[in-house]
Amino acid sequence: MAIKLPIYMDYHATTPADPRVVEAMLPYFTEHFGNAASRNHPFGWEAEEAVDKARKQVADLIGANAKEIVFTSGATESNNLAIKGVAEMYREKGNHIITAVTEHKAIIDTCKRLEKEGYRVTYLPVQKDGLVNLDELKAAISDETILISIMTANNEIGVIQPIAEIGAIAKEKGILFHTDAVQAAGKIPFDVNALKVDIVSITAHKMYGPKGVGALYVRRRNPRVLLSAQIDGGGHERGMRSGTLNVTGIVGMGKAAEIAKAEMADETKRLSALRDRLNDRLHKGLDEIFINGSVEHRLPHSLNISFAYVEGESLLMGINDVAVSSGSACTSASLEPSYVLKALGAGDDLAHSSIRFGLGRWSTEEEVDYVADKLVSVVTRLREMSPLYELAKEGVDLSTMQWEAH
Amino acid sequence: MAYSNKVIDHYENPRNVGSMPKDDVNVGTGLVGAPECGDVMKLQVKVNPLTGIIDDAKFKTFGCGSAIASSSLATEWLKGKTVDEALAIKNTDIVEELALPPVKIHCSVLAEDAIKAAINDYKKKQAADQPAAGAAAQPTA
Ligand SMILES: Cc1ncc(COP(=O)(O)O)c(C=O)c1O
Ligand code: FES
Repeated sequence: MAIKLPIYMDYHATTPADPRVVEAMLPYFTEHFGNAASRNHPFGWEAEEAVDKARKQVADLIGANAKEIVFTSGATESNNLAIKGVAEMYREKGNHIITAVTEHKAIIDTCKRLEKEGYRVTYLPVQKDGLVNLDELKAAISDETILISIMTANNEIGVIQPIAEIGAIAKEKGILFHTDAVQAAGKIPFDVNALKVDIVSITAHKMYGPKGVGALYVRRRNPRVLLSAQIDGGGHERGMRSGTLNVTGIVGMGKAAEIAKAEMADETKRLSALRDRLNDRLHKGLDEIFINGSVEHRLPHSLNISFAYVEGESLLMGINDVAVSSGSACTSASLEPSYVLKALGAGDDLAHSSIRFGLGRWSTEEEVDYVADKLVSVVTRLREMSPLYELAKEGVDLSTMQWEAH
Repeated sequence: MAYSNKVIDHYENPRNVGSMPKDDVNVGTGLVGAPECGDVMKLQVKVNPLTGIIDDAKFKTFGCGSAIASSSLATEWLKGKTVDEALAIKNTDIVEELALPPVKIHCSVLAEDAIKAAINDYKKKQAADQPAAGAAAQPTA
């Protein structure tokens, strides 16, 4: 079978909508176009029924009750609502928030804003494998701590944090625990009660649903979490998020959640086999390549590799028929080397030469082989052109060399 | 990032990739940039001692496609020039020839720096090699 180019291998960035999702959504654009808040006619009732069904589907994916799901415009909004909502609501209890340096910008920048407003935020470092250290977390907790926010799986390196352990710590100390589960939901088993999480952000477009719709799980019992609304208006979503519901999007998200739950086990098996195939082929063809982040605690479809002695942007240029992301481009250009990779303590030079591979529902073995073979040949070619590779092969220790700044 | 056809051509068919012996007195080596900045360029010139003309030029670059193209182009331009003509190559000439966008101008600056570093290295070696001639042999220094 001839493969279709370009190949999409950036499933962490977004996923195409599953055709079954699109099919479920379509009637809600035209036939059943009602406003879910219209209480006095069947158009509204149909819409509300569809939203209720989706709410249940989303809740089922994460072991929650449908009443605990608040629909939003996506995970950026969910993260904002979770953190600002808790910060404002529990201001009298304390002003300290704990998060980690490798969180998504939607968390980091929200916390930065709160710092300007007088909150204190601890950004936990991560270990070499990308995981937070639980002792450091415990040590960071104070009487003022009102919220811990640690992502379930990282969007760049795919490592999975010890959420259940963090949940237990938070519970013991009576601190609310939020997790950005965008990359994990629908990919790995996730149960809000088993993990003891209180607030969870998810988004549809990373699990084969549409863009622009997401959800926030807000625990109703043990404890009952209260959030201060960030958008004022008609009081939709139990007052936590006003605005006419995106019924089509919500229906799509529900369907996507249902499919993800039903197919998770098979998909995990298939994708982890493909991911391992990609990894093996790269390791067979090349020396001096390094996996970024824990190999053990990792999403099944995720691989992030640094190719020593070649620069990321030139590498991407050589594989321009493959859609992947790179944590790269030199510091002089607009792009910065990835702050996530830097946080792992990878030398900047390795952060410059990393590629994130994200496999997904439509990835094939042929695609994996094509991408692996192409990378082997491009990396080999670029290394022949690399003064760093030459120096390293001559036995020069690059880390001790004096470089002239420019 | 959209690359010009010339950048793509140099990236795909780089001219004069390679290395020459660093300790040859007729070879000047420039190594500029730094790995943590995401770019390192090595450029070498070999000067014919009889004619004073650059006979050969080689490069190796760790950097983006524009940095590779800039150094590849520089080696093409260096061949056949005298040392002083080589020093007259400006990064703006490279920018124009390769149609580099503003964010890629520094890649060309790196190439200009590499040329200067290589020529300076050559001159230093020549001076060290001819102590008897003294400063008089180096009017341009
Ligand atoms: C971990 C993580 N959190 C949050 C987001 C933001 O989600 P959304 O695009 O729905 O705003 C993303 C996706 O970019 C993500 O990967
Ligand atoms: S070397 Fe920095 S972007 Fe080209």
